[in-house]
Amino acid sequence: MLSQLEGSRAVAGAVVCCRPQVVCAYPITPQTHIVEAIGASVKSRQLKHCRFINVESEFAAMSVAIGASATGARAYTATASQGLLFMIEAVYNAAGLGLPVVMTLANRAIGAPINIWNDHSDAMAVRDSGWVMLFAEDNQTATDLHVQAFRLAEELSLPVMVCMDGYVLTHATERVDVPTQEQVDAFLPPYKPRQVLDPADPVSIGAMVGPEAFTEVRYLAHAKQLQALERIGEVAGEFAEGFGRHSGGLVSTYHVEDAEVVIVALGSVLGTIKDATDELRANGARVGVVGITSFRPFPLDALREAIGDARKVVVVERAFSAGFGGVLSTDVGLAISDAKARLSTVVAGLGGRAVTEAGLIGVFEDALGDRLEALRFLDLDKDVVDRELARMAGTRRSGPSAENVLRDLGTVASGAL
Amino acid sequence: MSKAETDGAITTTQPVKFYQVGSFAVGNRLVDPSLRTVQADAARTNAITSGHRACQGCGEALGARYVLDAAMRATGGKLVAVNATGCLEVFTTPYPETSWQLPWLHSLFGNAASVATGVAAALEVQGRNDVRVIAQAGDGGTVDIGFGCLSGMFERNDDVLFVCYDNEAYMNTGVQRSGATPPAARTATTEAVGREPGNPFDQGKNLPRLAMAHGIRYVATATVADLHDLEAKVERAMDFRGARYLHLLVPCPLGWSSAPADTIRIARLAKESGLFPVFEAVDGEVTAASGIRRLVPVEEYLRLQGRFRHLFDSSGAVARTDIVARLQKLADANVERFGLLQPEVT
Amino acid sequence: MEKPFAITLDVGSSLANKTGSWRVERPVYIDRLPPCNDACPAGENVQGWLYYAEAGEYEQAWRQLVQDNPFPAVMGRVCYHPCETVCNRAQLDEAVGINAVERFLGDQAIEHGWSFEAAPPSSGGRVLVVGAGPAGLSTAYHLRRLGHAVVIYEAGATPGGMMRFGIPKYRLPRDVLDAEVERICALGVELHLNRKVTDLPVTMRDDGFDAVFLAVGAQLAKRAYLPAGDSAHILDAVSLLHSMEGASPPRLGRRVVVYGGGDTAMDAARTARRLGATDAVVVYRRTRERMPAHDVEVEEATDEGVFMKWLSTITEVDEGQILLEQMVLDDKGFPQPTGRFEKLDADCVVLALGEESDLSLLTGMDDVEIADGVVQVGPDLMTGHPGLFAGGDVVPAERTATNAIGNGKRAARTIDGWLRGETPREPARHELASFEHLNTWYYADAPKTERPRLELVRRTSTFDEVVGGLDETNALFEARRCLSCGNCFECDNCFGVCPDNAVVKLGPGKRYEFDYDYCKGCGICMVECPCGAIVMEPERA
Repeated sequence: MLSQLEGSRAVAGAVVCCRPQVVCAYPITPQTHIVEAIGASVKSRQLKHCRFINVESEFAAMSVAIGASATGARAYTATASQGLLFMIEAVYNAAGLGLPVVMTLANRAIGAPINIWNDHSDAMAVRDSGWVMLFAEDNQTATDLHVQAFRLAEELSLPVMVCMDGYVLTHATERVDVPTQEQVDAFLPPYKPRQVLDPADPVSIGAMVGPEAFTEVRYLAHAKQLQALERIGEVAGEFAEGFGRHSGGLVSTYHVEDAEVVIVALGSVLGTIKDATDELRANGARVGVVGITSFRPFPLDALREAIGDARKVVVVERAFSAGFGGVLSTDVGLAISDAKARLSTVVAGLGGRAVTEAGLIGVFEDALGDRLEALRFLDLDKDVVDRELARMAGTRRSGPSAENVLRDLGTVASGAL
Repeated sequence: MSKAETDGAITTTQPVKFYQVGSFAVGNRLVDPSLRTVQADAARTNAITSGHRACQGCGEALGARYVLDAAMRATGGKLVAVNATGCLEVFTTPYPETSWQLPWLHSLFGNAASVATGVAAALEVQGRNDVRVIAQAGDGGTVDIGFGCLSGMFERNDDVLFVCYDNEAYMNTGVQRSGATPPAARTATTEAVGREPGNPFDQGKNLPRLAMAHGIRYVATATVADLHDLEAKVERAMDFRGARYLHLLVPCPLGWSSAPADTIRIARLAKESGLFPVFEAVDGEVTAASGIRRLVPVEEYLRLQGRFRHLFDSSGAVARTDIVARLQKLADANVERFGLLQPEVT
Repeated sequence: MEKPFAITLDVGSSLANKTGSWRVERPVYIDRLPPCNDACPAGENVQGWLYYAEAGEYEQAWRQLVQDNPFPAVMGRVCYHPCETVCNRAQLDEAVGINAVERFLGDQAIEHGWSFEAAPPSSGGRVLVVGAGPAGLSTAYHLRRLGHAVVIYEAGATPGGMMRFGIPKYRLPRDVLDAEVERICALGVELHLNRKVTDLPVTMRDDGFDAVFLAVGAQLAKRAYLPAGDSAHILDAVSLLHSMEGASPPRLGRRVVVYGGGDTAMDAARTARRLGATDAVVVYRRTRERMPAHDVEVEEATDEGVFMKWLSTITEVDEGQILLEQMVLDDKGFPQPTGRFEKLDADCVVLALGEESDLSLLTGMDDVEIADGVVQVGPDLMTGHPGLFAGGDVVPAERTATNAIGNGKRAARTIDGWLRGETPREPARHELASFEHLNTWYYADAPKTERPRLELVRRTSTFDEVVGGLDETNALFEARRCLSCGNCFECDNCFGVCPDNAVVKLGPGKRYEFDYDYCKGCGICMVECPCGAIVMEPERA
């Protein structure tokens, strides 16, 4: 049903239609609106047969979800950034046990320095945890991916994380076709667990596995992710049949057929990238875009195929690995390792800095003109950086860097300095 | 007195209230089976069966079987257990073997309470209120790393019975100090060296009292030395709904450096000295205490444990009278606060 | 349920891990010998019959008891209960009232008319028992149960020996004694009364016996030389007590002196009180600590107004008066005359200086050794003459009815062996179940029940039984105070305290066994066994 509403609320509406049985969350900006909305649905009995639990930390949130899922209930939670890190032990645990928990990750930067705005550093911290990780480009996709996530998770007995950019998507009001209860019921059957705690058929779940079997157990997690690689596309197809629109899948492409330069990115920045692409194309540049929806499992083959014969790949990413470079671009590099394309990484939008169409056009023109270095930080204020580096070289007690930079920019009132 | 013929032998209905071992021993052939402990029953669940890898004489293995068998009896076998990381989890589930005979889930170290909350919520939502949930952890997983989740579970009054098996240190990782380690006890991180050997005084947490402060329905302490008392408390706990807490003292021969055969004897002395008060609290107020039968000075308890060896000299006499006196003061305070020397019917 | 590999495990899979391989020592169930069993002169399995009594199975208890001793009702009145003296419970609170429970069982048997199991048909030999006292009757009982034909020749007109003629009615009512004697005879013992054996070899030959048990007791009073006037009234305690069974009691007068310090002296003094003596004085040459009479006898006598005169000997007896010399103990504890005398009014003197046996029937039997007035025997109670056995007061021993009864049991066994040409094998004695082997924590607190006693007034004026019995409530209570030292009483402790579930419960009456596949040898079972019926043994290599 078409609605003009905030992204969080659209997602909440979809989740409610999926009939979760246990919802638990701890407040953290910018996911909170999602669980607030679900909580209201439970309290008003719009969503029945659901326990909404106000937990005392994110660690508790994922733990409650694990307990519920192991007991045969459909469980959901949401978090971001610091909260994700606080529950990380349990995140790995859920994947290791093979429990189909679904979680919304409202992507937000990880401190220090503390920052509540959007980037992808939180998702990157758990990319090896064994969760399926799907990135939404816009709020419609975010909404639809949640429905697909429950189905996928329960089929494969794997937890699934739907990543949507904090504030940019969560707090943006736009038109979304929110699924109806009937549509979701037709698509998502009740949860049938692969293993469950049941007095009638007791088992011990969570044994200690030593060197003699650990490798095999972990390999099986890998095998399941490879199965997911198959199923994600199929589930997206089945979704399209039931809901009449395409959402999800492994990758999405835009003008890649004849592209010289292909831009690869995750999440909402793809919208701006496509606008920039349109402009460049209008001027004759052969630029294309690949959006990665399934970040884990990583679609090496689909990406390779989409990039084709392009001579340059530019990965625009909202995260980086300090002292090294891009994160997503390392995965992309593996996909094109046998291709002739050269790879550049553009780190942009950290901590919620706006990624502008003009800034992107500048970068892409540099790519087209072979002027783009291997690693570029978009819109970096080099002067500010150099001044702080000089301060640090000049005196031992140079003070906290964050404060110094803010003061330099005039954001914080100057003191005696 | 009345007499009844039974198979030709003349027996009498018992007018006498005295039963030789009364309620002290596990069983008693002179009383009706319903008055004996669950452990006396050959058909007990044996929630932890043989083949587990606990040390010889492990108090935790014994205590866990005691608690879970009693809980299985009280719930008609409809029980799910959630277990934190620790000795109990490690020695019962080394792949490919498990000694658990009930549905069991290993959580992580600090979240047994939260996982149990999830299990209880799932059961409720599925309309299975007859199935009950027990969360269990050692002292580390309860008072230290587990405290946040435990406090949350208490505060929400989730329908979980949380059992802490307190052997007073992190045993599975090699006997390190926890917030439950008693003063003066030697652990690997509070060695018996220096002017104040062993664990410092004036630190540590009293979880039973913290649990009471949360106002939850039922809090109780017990030891493995008094089985009747322990089983009665588990049964009583299962009569309540909502958050409940049971704190069980379980001596650890390895970590306490005591003889494996002494496990129950030491637990008994912990109570009889007053150092470990055994009591019950409902809705945050103490309602009953189990009285001391034969009061002993604390050194009788300390003497059996190598972790207090540094308080004695080579002839077995108390050398650090100052430390022992401080411990005695703690014991005396418990006796006073809980009225442990009031006469009691056995 | 399709379980994920390795993460999820099936119930019971730990049983594949046989942790028994960890052991360096293993627990073993044993029986230790309870001190009461060890101390009983009649070799009763005291713990064994208390085990039934405490469950209210009185007939079963009685049947266990009479496997060893056919006289429980008598024992419960006259035995000095050495079992209670060594009872481990005394180190907790007080000894179990074993004697009182034994009496209760004996009285129950009489009340309900329980009879012995029928003796097996006679297939063995024919044995003569000379004397129907406790030793003789006990031997007869056990021999009948072993399948032998038994004939008793009793010199007197009634059976019972010293039980009847040495122990006054106020300690042992005659109907009780008669009932237990009759029960033995009902087993098929041929009892000949008024049949005194004067020449044993002749009797043995003529009457065709395969073996003989000599149980003539010590019925002759020891005499002492006392200067006495013609009208001095002197008699001996044995005759006094004997004559109490007759039609008319003897007349002793108002002031009676009893000379001697044994139980017989106490009995004589207390009898004198009941016969109307206002003053009953016991004169004894040494002190209270040195007198052989049992404490309870002295206490009861003193309660009844019997006066004790220590460190005195009688030097002269006249009509109405006696002369005493005061003694003093030398450094070796022997009494020495002081040369100080005193007069004491006395209407009669009763001598209680000990008893001797009439061994004239053994004249001519050179292979029978007699020393100190008693017949010498080996540990098998056989004299030097093959086939002639002896027991009770006629052999060297403590002179109590219990001891005589114990002799009877042992003799029956050795006679049986001798008749069949075998040496009976003594079963190995278990290690003593001493107090340090117990874990007394588990026993409920319970002080001893005292048996009711007749009021003093009634005690001195009648021959009614002085010490009453326990009623059922109290008997059950006392029986349950038993700690069952060294013998499993199925308290389930071992079954409950094993952290490894390695004890198997075999069912009521069948105790337990260890599952050595899983037992790690921690020893908690041993420490927590209340009665000390588990030991740890080194694991065999």
